[in-house]
Amino acid sequence: MTSTFLPEKRTGPDTDLPPPAADAARGRARRRAMNWLTAVSFQVPALVLFGVLVLLPIMFALYAAFFRWGGFGMPEDYIGVENFTRLFDDPVFIGDLWRCLLLVLLSLALQLPFALAMAVALNQKVRGRAVYRMLFFAPYVLSEAITGVLFAMIFAPGEGLADHVLDGIGLEGLGGEWFADPDMVMATLFLVMTWKYFGFHMMLYLAGLQSIPKELHEAALIDGAGPWQRFRNVTLPLLAPTLRISVFLSVIGAIQLFDLVWVVTAGGPDHHSETMAVTMFQFGFKRYQVGYASAISVVMFGISLVFALAYQRFVLRRDLEGATTTMRGGKQ
Amino acid sequence: MTVQRKTRGRTLPLHLLLIGVGALMGIPLLYAVISGFKSTDQLSRNPIGLPDPWVTGNYTDILASGDFWRMVGNSTLIAVATTVLVVAASALAAFSFARFAFRGREVLFTLFTMGLMFPFAVAALPLFLLLRSMDLLDNPLGVILPQAAFGLPMTIIILRGFFRQIPGELEEAATLDGCGPLGFFWRVLLPMARPALGTVSVLAVVTSWNNFFLPLLVFNEPTWWTIPIGVQQFQGQYSQDVARVFAYLVLAMVPALAFYSVAERQLVGGLTAGATKG
Repeated sequence: MTSTFLPEKRTGPDTDLPPPAADAARGRARRRAMNWLTAVSFQVPALVLFGVLVLLPIMFALYAAFFRWGGFGMPEDYIGVENFTRLFDDPVFIGDLWRCLLLVLLSLALQLPFALAMAVALNQKVRGRAVYRMLFFAPYVLSEAITGVLFAMIFAPGEGLADHVLDGIGLEGLGGEWFADPDMVMATLFLVMTWKYFGFHMMLYLAGLQSIPKELHEAALIDGAGPWQRFRNVTLPLLAPTLRISVFLSVIGAIQLFDLVWVVTAGGPDHHSETMAVTMFQFGFKRYQVGYASAISVVMFGISLVFALAYQRFVLRRDLEGATTTMRGGKQ
Repeated sequence: MTVQRKTRGRTLPLHLLLIGVGALMGIPLLYAVISGFKSTDQLSRNPIGLPDPWVTGNYTDILASGDFWRMVGNSTLIAVATTVLVVAASALAAFSFARFAFRGREVLFTLFTMGLMFPFAVAALPLFLLLRSMDLLDNPLGVILPQAAFGLPMTIIILRGFFRQIPGELEEAATLDGCGPLGFFWRVLLPMARPALGTVSVLAVVTSWNNFFLPLLVFNEPTWWTIPIGVQQFQGQYSQDVARVFAYLVLAMVPALAFYSVAERQLVGGLTAGATKG
């Protein structure tokens, strides 16, 4: 990890040195400055892109959220925190928060355990596991737009595949309006999200499982541990860093959920599947209440920030470098 | 011996489980393929069975239309341009992060990694206003530049990790041979980093190919529509002709699935590395 471009260690304070040494120190200082310039100049393209197109918009949203503004010209009608108070009085937005929480809880309780079970199943020598792995992960590489349209048609009330299959096996009662039913829309959406995303988490877990040394399982086996005990006391603790990352990605995904919902229901019926991003889109791009929509962006930003910092502070702190599992060793 | 017999006895439920889940995963895709071979009339009469007769018109009509191929072209152009831009900018930045010690390095790196945590949706609205004021709406650059910008954090993190693994002795040798930092970067580091560059490129291509939100904001005119936008529009336009929409969906899936089957290793490796490094 040593580098010839690292600045040299300075030997002592410049002022106490005799003239030749002071010259050398000045030379070193110049070289350090040059070194800094070289290093930073490599950053310029990324920094410009990131600054202008990521940081600037986020900061502008922070500013615009305090104005009543239609999105044309500069915001001038300063209204303080009114957008925010209005936001937290809006049952739709409060509903967005609850729905976000619901999706997070469903993911933690069902989707991720399911992904883990599949990862454990496919980590064994079972026939066709390469095919299963590929099939389970395939939906992840499809666009949300494609997935959304596909399932909007599969769950089309009365005429989609889902209702036909349920009719066919004599479970008519379970079918219904799916995305059109206010009480069923979130459950149906969660089904589709599981179809699309569990394979990604499964792949993370598989990578983690493969990095657990076989000797540990063998040792546990010799000690007389049953399958459940081995899973509980060997697999799970060693997979913990991967699990923590996967939970993090799942939550961030729920906070920003947009594409799938927009394509399938656009938030309906009657806001019952609306997410924060959809509400923001409605106000910002359909109703031209840009100041208000910016306030929604700011709250999303705040939730992500608080969650990310808290998660890093309290959950991920145990996973310093080297503790996380990667596939790199095998690949490169 | 006993262990082996035990595992063999346990594999039947395992197989059943995998077949069941495999069916749930595969049937929606298979159903779309088969429905595309029916007329919409046939589909409503015979929703589940095989087509009789097999109708190829849905597929051939779409393949014969310029619209579909234009969208494939748009998606490709935007994905390639995004990838070149994000990988080039990230490689330079990652090189500087990995091989230089300079004041402000940690602050800068933290700034980039913070980008990972923030949903794109947060920046969408002001980004749209910015692009409008820069006259980049209905312009492919309006999608390419922001996509590259939002791809930077992940790409930089993966490449930095890789660049740091390259031994310092190589750098000293290159310096002795008269290579400056740029020469070392270009002639030694990049050729050595080809697997990592492949990984991040595949990630960038897939992300761009599937992006929906940004093209939805930027492209009003159909000229530059990408495949995800096209799918949504097609469904709206032909909502009565269900079989045709299925055929369109299948054709829209093919490039992504084909790319996945070719680049599976890079894609999965990149996602895993990205997630665990981030």
